[in-house]
Amino acid sequence: MTYALVAGVMFGLYFSLVGIGLNLVFGVMRIVNLAHGDILMLGAFIALGVVGIAGIDPLFAVPLAFVVFVLAGVLLYWVLVPRLQGSANPEMLSIILFFGLSQVIEAVTTIFAGTSERSIQSRLLGTVFTTIKVKWFGGKAGGAGPIQIFGQGFPAPWVIAAITSLVAIGLVYLYLYHTRLGTLTRAVMSRRDEALATGIDVDRVSAAAFGIGLGIAAVAGVFAPFMFGSVTPAFGADATVTSFAIVVLGSLGNPLGTALGGVVYGLCYMLVQTYLSSWADLLPYVLLIVILLLRPSGLLGRRVRVA
Amino acid sequence: MLNASKHLLFILAPLVVVFALLPGVYQNHLLLFNFVIFLILAQGVNIIYGFTGYLPFGYVGFFGAGAYGFAIMVMHLQTPAPLAVLVGGLVAIALGLLLTPLLRLSGAYFAIANLAASLAVLHFVANPALEGITKGPYGVSLTGTFNPTHAYYAAVVVMALTVGAVIYLKNSPFGLALQAVREDAVSASMAGVNIVKMRVIAWLASALVAGLAGGIYAWYVSVFYPDNVFSGEFSIFAIVFALFGGVATITGPIVGVLILYGIYNLIGFTTPQYFQLIYGLLIMGLVLFLPAGLVSLATRRGWHVP
Repeated sequence: MTYALVAGVMFGLYFSLVGIGLNLVFGVMRIVNLAHGDILMLGAFIALGVVGIAGIDPLFAVPLAFVVFVLAGVLLYWVLVPRLQGSANPEMLSIILFFGLSQVIEAVTTIFAGTSERSIQSRLLGTVFTTIKVKWFGGKAGGAGPIQIFGQGFPAPWVIAAITSLVAIGLVYLYLYHTRLGTLTRAVMSRRDEALATGIDVDRVSAAAFGIGLGIAAVAGVFAPFMFGSVTPAFGADATVTSFAIVVLGSLGNPLGTALGGVVYGLCYMLVQTYLSSWADLLPYVLLIVILLLRPSGLLGRRVRVA
Repeated sequence: MLNASKHLLFILAPLVVVFALLPGVYQNHLLLFNFVIFLILAQGVNIIYGFTGYLPFGYVGFFGAGAYGFAIMVMHLQTPAPLAVLVGGLVAIALGLLLTPLLRLSGAYFAIANLAASLAVLHFVANPALEGITKGPYGVSLTGTFNPTHAYYAAVVVMALTVGAVIYLKNSPFGLALQAVREDAVSASMAGVNIVKMRVIAWLASALVAGLAGGIYAWYVSVFYPDNVFSGEFSIFAIVFALFGGVATITGPIVGVLILYGIYNLIGFTTPQYFQLIYGLLIMGLVLFLPAGLVSLATRRGWHVP
């Protein structure tokens, strides 16, 4: 029981990281980024590349993935979004547009990487910490073993992913509530047309949010090989639906809501998997439908939209 | 009603005649069968998306439910195949009724919830705990009813009914009312249109045709796994084909299926990832430059497209 609860919280924090980028993009632009899961998958491939080519700790892939995808996101924004916003029904067409994008990403990855499952040895993650420990404090070298919490051993990658997620969510919070661009972002989130009328450069703010959203998704992807065991180019689609369940479970346009949604989701997932394992696959979908029908504004949401 | 008979005569009749005669000339019957199935599914998507604006991202849920309705009737009750196909349609309608609350959602929320619903049905059917009823993830084998020729003609009949339904929608006050609801639900209800009833009827009609198609598909292939009949490709292909041609028209989805599924069969089998790339790019280009589909090339010039 303790094991399921602690693992649930750790997975939950990670799931929040998975969902938060999607939340940001939808909240600011009313665009459904169906390619979200594929960005995650690409993040995982960056981690694979870092390990495969440089042979160093996959943690170094985190800043790399973030920077690469922020730039890619800003670029993609200017290519796709202004044209989309000009059409008759942007929200609906965005689903189809980003579905097309996800197909392109999946196809290109398959052409270059093949369809086989990829994984990284989990002891490679966090080697940077053990190396530092050995250099500065002495002690024995070697991979990080299980980490003890409440007398139970947990794989080190889970703990590292959970801590990284916590830090990333904190940074998103700081960005949204303590920087000028963040304040503008929240203004666009609550009333797009009024923000435009006040003279806010909506396109610039949206482009920044889009880039950050994709960057965070890629960072979450770096940990995907450790949290889910392995990744394939086709992993994106499932990840997208899971992210949606988390985002809707929390609430739209509120990063703290997504954090809560992620933790609730992680706990449910671990508990169902422990006690009713054959039904665990059903959980995200049923949870998503029930939440959408009963409380469309999410657990922490105000009533901001008509569903 | 003159228009309707013109449509029946010049669109539906040639389509049915061509697909009824082709098996005699062309040897690859599986390919022809798949064409007919996708024509049904694309027109089913047309009924719900084109006329009401609900994007059914989990449309395959009805298809799979129909296939499993068929399989369960044949496995457990030894029903004759045509009857089991009808039961497949009824199962899809039952699923549609179960999912009617989703129609309260709008736009993207509906699409995502519908996708989640179809995946939920997949995991429900594929659950090893239900092996006694659905055979779980191990798939079903229905060699007793295997008869591709009959299944093919049954598919042509269902296709004729589906296209007929779209022709009816295009030429009737009911279809006009549906499109009014799609454009502006509040104004339509002010004008005396019963919105809820209209939407539910369109939703169930499109569920029915997908269920019948699923039942016939099960009849034709006779051995399948949950992942085959609940494959997201069915929803996606049907939606993309319909959109590519142009929804809320009779000919749009037909053109879409013939062109895109034709391309798929030319290059898709040998190198699926290149097809995926091309069709991903095609979808993106379509949304950015031709959001109303291929038929909008003609309508922009002022030509009338049925």
